[in-house]
Amino acid sequence: MTATSDTAPSSDAPPLRVRLKIQRVNPEGTPEHAPGEEYWDEFTVDMHATDRVLDALHKVKWEHDGSLAFRRSCAHGVCGSDAMRINGKNRLACKVLLKDLNLAQPVTVEPIKGLPVEKDLIVDMEPFFASYREIMPFLMPAGETPERERLQTPEERARYEDTTKCILCAACTSSCPVFWTDGQFFGPQAIIGAHRFIFDSRDSGEWDRLEILNDRAGVWKCRTVFNCTDACPRGIQVTEAISEVKKALTTGNV
Amino acid sequence: MNAPSLTPPRFARSPRTSHHVEKWSWILMRVSGAILIVLIFTHLFVNLMTGDGINAIDFAFVAGKWAQPLWQWWDAAMLWLGMFHGTNGMRVLVNDYARTETSRRVLKALLALAFIVTVVLGTLVIFTFDPCPIGANPDLLPSFCESVS
Ligand code: SF4
Ligand code: FES
Repeated sequence: MTATSDTAPSSDAPPLRVRLKIQRVNPEGTPEHAPGEEYWDEFTVDMHATDRVLDALHKVKWEHDGSLAFRRSCAHGVCGSDAMRINGKNRLACKVLLKDLNLAQPVTVEPIKGLPVEKDLIVDMEPFFASYREIMPFLMPAGETPERERLQTPEERARYEDTTKCILCAACTSSCPVFWTDGQFFGPQAIIGAHRFIFDSRDSGEWDRLEILNDRAGVWKCRTVFNCTDACPRGIQVTEAISEVKKALTTGNV
Repeated sequence: MNAPSLTPPRFARSPRTSHHVEKWSWILMRVSGAILIVLIFTHLFVNLMTGDGINAIDFAFVAGKWAQPLWQWWDAAMLWLGMFHGTNGMRVLVNDYARTETSRRVLKALLALAFIVTVVLGTLVIFTFDPCPIGANPDLLPSFCESVS
């Protein structure tokens, strides 16, 4: 690219031509495609270097093809609704800058794997949430309800700090090859969700949760592939947290 | 406003297992793996690197080793732990990849059969091995056979 003007306002990021290759499926079918048929659609959009993949998807939806379906809400990496496979890796579309991708090739965008696709990039999250519900993701305190808040030292808090950051985006669980194969595994997120309470000093339901994760669908299915740690947009050390749960189960100490 | 109607869950998990089978499978997998590293590399070193190395391996070499209880138990431990480690690994793979309950059962039955046949035959051979079969060419037998016959 050659700069043609020195006077361009500095806020104007240089334009980028982006080709998007999106995996699509329409349950009702289109004139060209049968209902439920998977196919690839390509779009070329002009974007700015400051834009993210989500902006490119918006541009496609708003200016090229209104039928494109994907989830997003906050657009700032907080709500966890736009996890998708971008160039083969699970990422939040709102956190991937276009300038960080190789734009010599089309950017491939697919729905996250291992969950039933409903339309285009929208998957049915129910199996994922079902696993989360099973580990009882709520505080189970023992003893009298105190009049003030339940106190905790900074060290006690630090033990589960990392796993409180989860936003339930499913990037980890849907990147796990064990989750893809048998559909029985709780998946990394449910273990993260349990870890957050197991190692919380105010909670006393740790052995209830540990027994659930001791099941054949639980932590023992983890083969430490590390896909989940790579996928997590919050930078949670997912595999490490899973290993801490395994350790609690083998040693009997929380 | 009406209460929302609830639909039954669409994704049923298979019932819980008791007895902590998976936990013990996981622990023993690591224990057997660590022990096997020592057993196998010592085995390879003794057989291939000491003495005449690979040229020394023949019937007499094996017979000589199995005349000593240490190597009998060494090889038996390798056989048992190796078979446990391998079979359990395959069991985990079958659990992951078998699509139907029938194929899962059939594959696991075959696995159990292979395990039992190999372990029983192997153990029998190790502990009932006759290093000096009667009528064999004495050149091929270990040196101590002369005193036996
Ligand atoms: S652990 Fe990370 S990748 Fe997994 S659901 Fe939570 S935020 Fe998403
Ligand atoms: S849209 Fe909320 S996390 Fe990306």
